[in-house]
Amino acid sequence: MKDRQQVLSRTKTLKIDGHDVSGREDETILDVARENGIFIPTLCQLDGLSAHGGCRLCLVEVKGSSKLLPACVTHVAEGMEVVTNSERLIEYRRMIMELIFSEGNHVCAVCVVNGHCELQSLAQRIGMTHVTVPYLYPRRVVDASHERYALDRNRCILCTRCVRVCDEIEGAHTWDVSGRGIEARIVTDLNQPWGQSETCTSCGKCVNVCPTGALFEKGKAVAEMSKKRAFLPYLTLMREKRSK
Amino acid sequence: MAREIVIDPVTRAEGHGKITIHLDEQGFVQDARFHVTQIRGFEKFCEGRPFYEMPALMARICGICPVSHLIASAKACDALMAVSIPMTAQYLRRIMNLAQLVQSHALSFFHLASPDFLLGLDYDPAQRNIFKLIEENPNIARDGIRLRRFGQQIIEWLGGKRIHPGWIVPGGVSEPLKPELRDKILAEIPEALAIIQRTLDWFKRTFDNYPEEIRTFANFPSLFMGMVNDKGELVHYDGKLRFVDAAGKIVADGIRAEDYQKVIGEAVEPWSYLKFPYYKPMGYPDGMYRVGPLARLNIINFCGTPRADAEWAEFRELGRGAVLSSFHYHYARLIEILNGIERIEYLLNKPDILSTHVRAHAAPNRLEGIGMAEAPRGTLIHHYHINEDGIITKANLIIATGHNNLAMNRGVLQAAKHFVNGSKLTEGALNRVEAVIRTFDPCLSCSTHALGQMPLHIQLIGPDGEVLDQKIR
Repeated sequence: MKDRQQVLSRTKTLKIDGHDVSGREDETILDVARENGIFIPTLCQLDGLSAHGGCRLCLVEVKGSSKLLPACVTHVAEGMEVVTNSERLIEYRRMIMELIFSEGNHVCAVCVVNGHCELQSLAQRIGMTHVTVPYLYPRRVVDASHERYALDRNRCILCTRCVRVCDEIEGAHTWDVSGRGIEARIVTDLNQPWGQSETCTSCGKCVNVCPTGALFEKGKAVAEMSKKRAFLPYLTLMREKRSK
Repeated sequence: MAREIVIDPVTRAEGHGKITIHLDEQGFVQDARFHVTQIRGFEKFCEGRPFYEMPALMARICGICPVSHLIASAKACDALMAVSIPMTAQYLRRIMNLAQLVQSHALSFFHLASPDFLLGLDYDPAQRNIFKLIEENPNIARDGIRLRRFGQQIIEWLGGKRIHPGWIVPGGVSEPLKPELRDKILAEIPEALAIIQRTLDWFKRTFDNYPEEIRTFANFPSLFMGMVNDKGELVHYDGKLRFVDAAGKIVADGIRAEDYQKVIGEAVEPWSYLKFPYYKPMGYPDGMYRVGPLARLNIINFCGTPRADAEWAEFRELGRGAVLSSFHYHYARLIEILNGIERIEYLLNKPDILSTHVRAHAAPNRLEGIGMAEAPRGTLIHHYHINEDGIITKANLIIATGHNNLAMNRGVLQAAKHFVNGSKLTEGALNRVEAVIRTFDPCLSCSTHALGQMPLHIQLIGPDGEVLDQKIR
C-alpha cells in the first residue's frame, strides 16, 4: 500500500496539446510526449546519452511561463499545460533550422549521408523549403588524419552527441568543444589532428551517433553511410547493471 | 567600314556561348571567334575535399553526361587507391557509360540537330525546334525520344536515378546487377536497334541535300584524338590515346593516361573562359585536334561490333584518310549509338555479369591519380593530387569540348567566310554558323566547368571594335 502511494505521488498528470497525459516526476516533457505519440523535433537529444538542450528545436510553450522551455531537459509537473505545435513554435523551429543550414556548408547532394541524415529529414519534416538568411560559407578544414574515420566540420551542427558518447559511454573523452560562438568547433584531445589523438580508441561510437555527415567512415561514397544507433540504450543499460 | 557580327547566345547547344565575326574594311569576314563566357570553378572548390567524394562532386559538372565524369573521376580514384577493380564492375561501368552515350547522342542528334535537316536550315528560327519536329515528323521525333529513353532508363535502373546516379564509386560500383534487371534491359535492345538502323537509313539519304554544308562545316585538315585499346578497337571506357592526322596516318599511339601531359598542352586566350588544348609536339595553335564521335571513328582500326563495323566501312568511304567535315559528326554519332547498343547487349550476356564481387576497397596508396574515359563529346581527363590523408590538393580537368576549342573556332571562321558577307546578318547564314558549333555538340557549361543555361549571341564587329549588328536568341 505504501509502495502504491509512493508511486502515485511520483506520478504527475498534465496536458500536452490538450491531451490528458501522465508521467513520472523524473521524466521530461519530451519523454512523456513520445510515450503518448506526440512529435517534438530534436537534434542534439539521443536516447542513451545525457540531455544537452543545445539545439533548441524541442522548445515548447508551458502555461504560466513567459519563456519557451526545452522539452528535453524540462521535467513534468502536476497540472502543467504544454503546447508543442503553436504557430509561433513552428515558425521558430523553421528559423532555427535555417540558421543551422546557413551557418555551415550543408550540400546534401554530394554528402556521404544523403538520404540517411537526421538534419536533412528533420528539415523536410518541419517544412523548411528555403533558407531565407544569407549563407555564411565558412572555410572549415576537413580532418581526415584518422585511419578509419574522417571529420568534416562543414557539416557539424555542434550537437555534442560525439562529445557525450565518448565521455559517457566509451569513457575516453577524446572529443570536446573549443572556441565560442561562431568560432566554436569540436576538437580531439588538445586540438591536435584526430589521427594523432592518444585517447581515441577508434571505437566509432561518435561516428554512429553523429546526426549528419560530419563524422563518417572513410571509403564511403555519396549517400552510402547510414548510422547505427540502436546499440546505445543497450550499452547504457548493460553498463549500469554491471556497476550495481 | 569594318564590322563585327555577334551571335549571342548560341542556341541548341549545352551551355552559354557567343560568336563574334570580324569584318574588314571591304566587308569581308576577316576573323571569327567562338567565346565561352562563363566559369564555375570545379577545379578549385574540390580542393580540401576527401577524394572519395570526387565522383559525385565531379558528376555535377554536367547533367547530360554525368556518367562520363563519374567514370573518369572514379578511375582517377582507382588510381589513387592503386587498385585493379573487379572485372564485373568494369563491365557494369561500361554498360552505364554506353547507355549514356546512346542517350546523349540521341539528344544531340534528334532534339538539337535534326530540326536543321528535317525542317531546313532556312526554316523560321522560332519554330526550328523539337516541338515543330513532333508536328511535322512525329515518327522521327518519337524515335528520338524512345532512343533517348532507352539510355536514360538503363542509367536509372542501374544507378537509381537518371541524372547524377551515385552508383559508380571509387573501386567499382556500389551494387551488383540483378538478373531481372539484366533481362529487362535485354528486352529493350531489339527496339533500340531497329530505331537506330532506320535513322541511319534516312539520314544517309539526306547527305545529297547538304553539299555546301558538308564542304564548309569545319571541313579542314586537323589531327584527331581519342582512346583505342591495344587492338585499335573503338572503346569508351578504357584505352590509350591515339592521334591521327588528316591523311589518317597515326602520329602518336599507345599514350597512357599517366602520360597525357607529354602530348597535350593547354593554352589560354583572354576572350574565352574555355582553355585551348593542343598537341604539344606541334605547338600552339598548330597542334589543333578534334575529339568526339568523328575523331573516334577516324582513329580506330575497327568498331568491334558487326553492324557498327558495316556502317563504319561506309563512313570511311566519305574521305580519303580521315573524314574531315565536322558535318559528319552527326553520322559518326549515329554509328556510335549503334555500336553502343550492340555492346550493351554483348556485355549483358557475359557469363560473370551477375557476379556480386563488384568493388575493391583500399586506402589511398598513391598521391596522384589520372582517370581517362571517352565521353559522348570526346576524351575526358581527370587528374587529382591528394595528401596522405586522402584530401584533394589539386585537380586538373580536361573536358571533351575543350579539346575541340581550336577546331570549333576554325570551323566558325570557315563557315562565316563562306556564308556571311556584307553588313547584314541573314537568318540562314547565322544558323549555318551556329550549326557548325552544333555539329561538335559542345557542352559549354561543362567544358569551362561554367554555370548557366542557354544559347547564342552573334555580333558583327568592325576593326575599330564597333558592334554593327547583332542577333540574340
